[in-house]
Amino acid sequence: MNLPRPQHYEETFVLNLGPQHPATHGVLRIKVTMDGEYVVKAEPVLGYIHRMHEKIAEQGNFAQFMPYTARMDYLHALAFNHGYCLVVERAAGIEVPERAEYIRVITVELNRIASHLLWWAAFLLDLGGFTPLLYAFDDREQILDLLERITGSRLTYCYFRFGGVCTDVDDEFISGTRAFITRLRKRLPTMYHSLVTGNIILIKRIKDIGIISREQCRLYGASGPVARGSGIDFDVRKHEPYSVYPELDFDIPVYPDGDSMARYMVRMDEIEQSLRIIEQALDKLPDGPIIAAKVPKNLKPEAGAFYAAVETARGSLGHRLICDGSKNPYRLKLRSPTFCNLSLYAEVAEGMMIADALAFLGSLDLVIPEIDR
Amino acid sequence: MDARNELHIAITNLFTAPEQCADGESTAVPDTTTLKNLDHARNGADLEHHCLPEQLPAAAGILEGQGLMLESITAVDWIEQQEFEVFYDFIHTDVANYRVVLRCTISRIQAELPSLCSVFPAANWHEREVFDFFGIHFNSHPDLTRILLPEDADFYPLRKDYMP
Repeated sequence: MNLPRPQHYEETFVLNLGPQHPATHGVLRIKVTMDGEYVVKAEPVLGYIHRMHEKIAEQGNFAQFMPYTARMDYLHALAFNHGYCLVVERAAGIEVPERAEYIRVITVELNRIASHLLWWAAFLLDLGGFTPLLYAFDDREQILDLLERITGSRLTYCYFRFGGVCTDVDDEFISGTRAFITRLRKRLPTMYHSLVTGNIILIKRIKDIGIISREQCRLYGASGPVARGSGIDFDVRKHEPYSVYPELDFDIPVYPDGDSMARYMVRMDEIEQSLRIIEQALDKLPDGPIIAAKVPKNLKPEAGAFYAAVETARGSLGHRLICDGSKNPYRLKLRSPTFCNLSLYAEVAEGMMIADALAFLGSLDLVIPEIDR
Repeated sequence: MDARNELHIAITNLFTAPEQCADGESTAVPDTTTLKNLDHARNGADLEHHCLPEQLPAAAGILEGQGLMLESITAVDWIEQQEFEVFYDFIHTDVANYRVVLRCTISRIQAELPSLCSVFPAANWHEREVFDFFGIHFNSHPDLTRILLPEDADFYPLRKDYMP
């Protein structure tokens, strides 16, 4: 726990954390007012990698924006593919064949595991543990190889199309994914949990640090593992079911403590749940087409306002699409999960020691291009 | 009757209750034409409420009281009508599959809205973003400054008449 916090601050100074600080994983800048080791005020400054994707979307037609979606959350790019496809399919009334839905779920969940593994590695690196990175990257590499096989890229995927996906999965992908599930299931308890989760240094660093209350999460619009680590049972996959998630059996890990340890545990448990989802989806994978027939090249959805949400590794990603009947989106707003998750940082970090504030920052799992868009 | 229907009826009743028009001069008889039920599978929301700018804080207060959370705020520039339309998206965190949208149309010339920061702290950054991109002013916002664009920018990029 923290040392008793000073009642009033005598001499303060301003410390610039970032925009090129390794602990912020990108170009986030936090202006911290410090009193000795204590944070008096923390003020995130955004926009260092802002690219105005929302204007880019208005300039081209619907399909032309597809590759940009992966450039926002580069760690869970397929979820951004999925979210954009979902809202356009909703607007244009496109039905997706069942096999394509299953392939979408399998690849999105593989990507989610890769994202959580990278978060795990980077978070522990922030806390001073170097070795876990090597284990996590070893496993993540397997996923990237599998996804590269069918999507053609390793990080910024553009794999989904309106009405399906662009290439079919082959037997080698399926057997490789099954082998990966067995491999990770064996490594999770031994290499991940025994080495790190039970480690006393980790527990001392993150237990009871950065406690976010349930109410705070709701008022700040936090979602994903941040909300679930504070006892809110809110996961878009169950809450607002989309794709074939209702047909698959999985649990949503929820921890009530609200501290960094709870968020850590939520993500670790989610890896196991994602493995369960992939395994079932592989078993159920039906035959059939992978893309809907007769999707016009230039979509012209009718005028109207549409919203679609998906669960990314970081929380609820929403697309608000306004169409005016033309071939370009009239307005596309991206509601990125970490934008909201980071907005509560200032309130919670106040009064923490700087080392704890960094551990807390790491536990939020920030991807800066997604905040800045 | 399930929780979702109960919530829907409760919110609809609160929206149509006469005391919502606090300033007295709005309407004595509640105007129900501003409320619209939507198909979740089609539009991604269940209830849509077109409200006047002065009704916004009260409407958001009702949703806050019912346990909804503010997910996003965004605007659309309807340049032909010389109007901005602002969308507020809400979702319930416990009752599954329930979304509410508040829509508010304002003039493009005098683009001002009341801030929701006192109801939802989440509104702080979202309103800054809308100000940043559209130049819409949110009255009584604690810190209405640019958030994603450089602080010395002198343009509003998502206005339809802005050309880079």
